[in-house]
Amino acid sequence: MANSAQREGVAAGATLNRDAAPGETLLKVTGLQKHFPIRKGLLQRQVGAVRAVDGLDFEVKSGETLGVVGESGCGKSTMGRLITRLLEPTAGKVEFEGKDITHLGVGAMRPMRRDVQMIFQDPYSSLNPRHTIGTIISAPFKLQGVTPEGGVKKEVQRLLSVVGLNPEHYNRYPHEFSGGQRQRIGIARALALNPKMVVADEPVSALDVSIQAQVVNLLDDLQQELGLTYVIIAHDLSVVRHVSDRIAVMYLGKIVELADRDSLYKAPMHPYTKALMSAVPIPDPRRKSAKSERILLQGDVPSPISPPSGCRFHTRCWKATEICKTTEPPLLELKPGQQVACHHPENFEDQAPQDTVLLTVAKQAAELVADEVLAESAATSAAVAAEVTATPAEKPAVTEKPVVTETSAVAAPEDEAPAKEK
Amino acid sequence: MTELSKSGAAVGEPVKDSPAPSAFLEVRDLKVHFPTDDGLVKSVDGLSFTLEKGKTLGIVGESGSGKSVTSLGIMGLHTTGQYGKRKAQISGEIWLDGTELLTADPDHVRKLRGREMAMIFQDPLSALHPYYTIGQQIVEAYRIHHKVDKKTARRRAVEMLDRVGIPQPDKRVDSYPHEFSGGMRQRAMIAMSLVNNPELLIADEPTTALDVTVQAQILDLIRDLQKEFGSAVIVITHDLGVVAELSDDILVMYGGRCIERGPAEKVFYEPKHPYTWGLLGSMPRLDREQTERLIPVKGSPPSLINLPTGCAFNPRCAYADVPKDNVTRTVRPELAQVGGRHWAACHMTQEQRERIWTEEIAPKL
Repeated sequence: MANSAQREGVAAGATLNRDAAPGETLLKVTGLQKHFPIRKGLLQRQVGAVRAVDGLDFEVKSGETLGVVGESGCGKSTMGRLITRLLEPTAGKVEFEGKDITHLGVGAMRPMRRDVQMIFQDPYSSLNPRHTIGTIISAPFKLQGVTPEGGVKKEVQRLLSVVGLNPEHYNRYPHEFSGGQRQRIGIARALALNPKMVVADEPVSALDVSIQAQVVNLLDDLQQELGLTYVIIAHDLSVVRHVSDRIAVMYLGKIVELADRDSLYKAPMHPYTKALMSAVPIPDPRRKSAKSERILLQGDVPSPISPPSGCRFHTRCWKATEICKTTEPPLLELKPGQQVACHHPENFEDQAPQDTVLLTVAKQAAELVADEVLAESAATSAAVAAEVTATPAEKPAVTEKPVVTETSAVAAPEDEAPAKEK
Repeated sequence: MTELSKSGAAVGEPVKDSPAPSAFLEVRDLKVHFPTDDGLVKSVDGLSFTLEKGKTLGIVGESGSGKSVTSLGIMGLHTTGQYGKRKAQISGEIWLDGTELLTADPDHVRKLRGREMAMIFQDPLSALHPYYTIGQQIVEAYRIHHKVDKKTARRRAVEMLDRVGIPQPDKRVDSYPHEFSGGMRQRAMIAMSLVNNPELLIADEPTTALDVTVQAQILDLIRDLQKEFGSAVIVITHDLGVVAELSDDILVMYGGRCIERGPAEKVFYEPKHPYTWGLLGSMPRLDREQTERLIPVKGSPPSLINLPTGCAFNPRCAYADVPKDNVTRTVRPELAQVGGRHWAACHMTQEQRERIWTEEIAPKL
């Protein structure tokens, strides 16, 4: 394709960065925070802050897809805007290809914009209704002062055909297209400068199911063809599973679990992840009676203005104990490729086995969780423990671990556990 | 209206002449058309179904397939007067518990609305009035249909809020909608629609605006309440998961018509229409092993002004070229029975569909 040629043209004017090889870290985020101030009164004094994103650490490797899931208000979109630097972080550090871009100004960010692009959720409001799609897709070239090989028009038409639109529709306006087609226009615009990383914020949630599948497949094809790196933010767990290699689960501004797709969906370790996954309605009428498998969470997500102390999930968790209220669990790699921030993880040995007294809220929450689920949870942790013992590539501490007896909450104390606690 | 109903020939199932149906709700050949400058928008074009008390019908379809227009039509909420030429043209028959709603006196329908049939809307924030407290709105809904004093009505409102799981209902009854979270607003709206114990409840995308964990709570609530009140429920949604959770029967709509209808099990396990196959293939599923690729339906939903001739799905159908006996593409397939209480509208023969489903589609899902 003309991509490599175009890449030369693009890179010539930009800060020449070596392309990250697949698997190398492309984006590194440490301690990322974004607090939106709440101002009140005549003097607009700051009276508080919405802690939308409150300490994120993760990496995105070149060529992979990182999925970010969470409920509304968990900070996933803010995270997307922070890593594309549409917002300036309150604290923390964002490094793209080893370069600190945390506090770069608009001008200094401009060269980076070629490499990091965004696809927006709403294909209706993200396209200017008064511009033709030719103008919309060629805007990145104009802004960056780049003339692609063969001229802008030819390149735009090529992009249109890449995303599956008719190149002859160059002069049409957004209203002449359906939702799915508009989303394709948004994707074409994001691809115009041949970026390295594309952040897609709910790319398919505004689309109908049949169109959703078309766009998901398109994103997939483009990644394979162009070697793109994606950060896909979505609330739909089944879509996220389909597109992602690794998945971060967010709750109230924090990552509670970050794991490979298969580990996460087969054996979620954070109770929140488990509840979230069990809540997805399964399109299978024969499972209708099996609703007891579902973990219902109590109430709503607490306010990010004053998030709960300790583990932020402790107010709704059925496994919460005193330590959850007082100590915030760190995000630790408990299994290879699976990081979890929990004192009492599912499908794994307890991280704070000495603390067994459930909080009152947890007792109430546990009433909503069927006994079968608790029993199954115990059984799976046992099975997982056995599996872990059987795998040769695990950590030594886990090998010595006996098969977990009953619930994971009463699992045998681990020597390593208190050490992990800090 | 009358003019249309005369010309409205039998589409879908044959319209019987017997005036009093045995079913609790029976919709016969419902058509809702909107005249616009660009032409006549046939949002619903010949829809028939029945629903018994205590049962749930799930209506599935993409945006613009006529799901919501159907529900508003049953509720009698389409404007048919004020805007001169711009009124909706409705024809067909809607029988609710022995009363035909389309020809009934509007005042009578007004009495039924809210009491016999109620609706849960998609977006609770725009369906609730921001100016009145939740309590006032529930009390109003109750007092319109019951001659009781304000105190009794308020007690009833508190009771309903408690029933739908709002904590501290005696306090929250005086809250305004903006003081509630999304899930609580949806609960409040459910409380409002159920305050008169309606026998028909229409839930139009009841959980689309909610997060999954809240969605699970609401689905659970709808299911429990239905068991408790024994109402007939119509759930309108685009989410096959939600339909599978709630419905006994499923009706799949495409381009304003029903293209497949049957018991939930049949529609999910032995679907007989290529569009239903498409819907099932488009959907990534958590309960299955990861598939490499989704199988999307090509193209986009049709324009309701110029529906494709013949089967409305034919431009997008992967099997449109399968040879069919004595039928041309320009003929519209009628709903035909393909099994016990299972209908589909497709030109392919039963055997052809059976073979394609078992050999080509099912293994890929």
